[in-house]
Amino acid sequence: MNDNSIALENEILQKANEALSAAEHAQFLTNNLWILIATVLVFIMHLGFSCLEAGFVQKKNVTNILFKNAMIIAIGLLTYCICGFNLMYPGLNEGGWFGFSGFFLNPSPEDMTSAYGNYTYWSDFIFQGMFAATGATIVSGAVAERIKLNAFLIFATIFVAVIYPITGMWKWGLGWLDALGFYDFAGSTIVHSVGGWAALAGIILVGPRKGKYTKKGIRPITGHSMPLAAIGVFLLWFGWFGFNGGSVLSADPESVSLVFVTTSLGAAAGAIGSYLTSMLLFKNYDLPMVMNGILGGLVGITASADVITVSSSVIIGFIAGILIPLSVTFFDKLKLDDPVGATSVHLVCGIWGTIAVAIFGKFDEEGIGTLTDQLTGIFACGAFTFLFSFLIFFILKATIGLRVSDVEQEKGLDIEEHRLAAYN
Amino acid sequence: MKKIQAIVRASKFEDVKDALSSKEINFFTFYEVKGYGHQKGESLSYRGTAYDMGYIPRIQLIIILSEPYVNSALEAIQKAAYTGENGDGLIMVSDVDNIINIRTGLKGSEAINK
Repeated sequence: MNDNSIALENEILQKANEALSAAEHAQFLTNNLWILIATVLVFIMHLGFSCLEAGFVQKKNVTNILFKNAMIIAIGLLTYCICGFNLMYPGLNEGGWFGFSGFFLNPSPEDMTSAYGNYTYWSDFIFQGMFAATGATIVSGAVAERIKLNAFLIFATIFVAVIYPITGMWKWGLGWLDALGFYDFAGSTIVHSVGGWAALAGIILVGPRKGKYTKKGIRPITGHSMPLAAIGVFLLWFGWFGFNGGSVLSADPESVSLVFVTTSLGAAAGAIGSYLTSMLLFKNYDLPMVMNGILGGLVGITASADVITVSSSVIIGFIAGILIPLSVTFFDKLKLDDPVGATSVHLVCGIWGTIAVAIFGKFDEEGIGTLTDQLTGIFACGAFTFLFSFLIFFILKATIGLRVSDVEQEKGLDIEEHRLAAYN
Repeated sequence: MKKIQAIVRASKFEDVKDALSSKEINFFTFYEVKGYGHQKGESLSYRGTAYDMGYIPRIQLIIILSEPYVNSALEAIQKAAYTGENGDGLIMVSDVDNIINIRTGLKGSEAINK
């Protein structure tokens, strides 16, 4: 071998390395861009929640529900920056129960390269931060029309700053549930049922809206705008492409596109399941039920969207849709007043979706997502969140009070709390 | 001069208006009112719970006419608003002492030209 051929060989090797690193860089760019797009999609879910909740409350409480939604995204992002992100992803506590890597965001230069993940530290933070705020939004709809604004805002702050990141760490922060084999792709339990449990604790302590449960039976308090609620449902479905699609945590073509398909089919089957069940039960084309059926399908599919077949996604969504009218009726029987149906959508369908992983999930490795793992995760996150939330709501009730007066309920929170009617 | 107050079904309002128009009575005041009585309200359902709307939507017309027109107006309203079901409504007739047309200042039956 002469010197020339060695030089040539070195040159080829160098070119090949350059090409490889260019390809890697292109992949990193694409992944990072996709996470940022998904972040924007999750952001629009906050408008979806706002419209849905505004549509499902009476017109005298619309300013109040919009105020809460505007505050939640603000509080959620700020607290997630101050401590939530580092509680949820402490980065050192594998298999643990609790970890904290300090206040505020403090990335190093390496965190901005592919050595950190498929995206930069900033993308990671903002995507997870948008997620965190959705949890508290779930609570706001459930306790709407009778909770004191300040009491709610204090609860929402504690929820996003502490409660949500701790259970989130158990799974997504590589804590003990992750080590156990518990599987929750995009958060049927970690986001939705956790929000649902907190909502349930709030509903129990704040009590039903005045006049909902009378001696003569249930008196429905109808939402004031079905068009607003419908806009909310479609925006949530739209945002869910980012919620689930972004949870792939890369732009992997096969996985992201599969997740788009399973997510949408779950929502579609949820609508059909809810439509047929409410037709059988109530002999009526029940629009709010069908809209909640879509959301129930979406919540149900969220735990398993990347590890199931297309036909499984239809079954999971369909069963979630069936569960919606049943659980709305069930909660009403227990006199647990939920103006938007958040406990049915997020709690009941969140639990169902997490169990569905054990039934329909296909894993390469053994011992992941078994029924025991899933039930452990549901129970642990449920018990922790419910008890913690109950305690906070209880303390608030004993100190500043949770519930507005009957007179204020009748006049509406818009005038009494905000001195501004939503419609003039 | 007489004042006719007619409470009719909201669904029959257009028919009543046309019937009055065919008698060349083309002016009146009307407003939406809610009635509560023997007839049950519309049966509604919200998220699986059936309930009664609690009232019946109606329209109340107020027509001021001079004597010669009253009978034909009453006939027209009764015929047009009739369905035979409970809740067809009521027509009330009462005396009016005087009328003043704000623009022209004319008084009495001259004020309404009928």
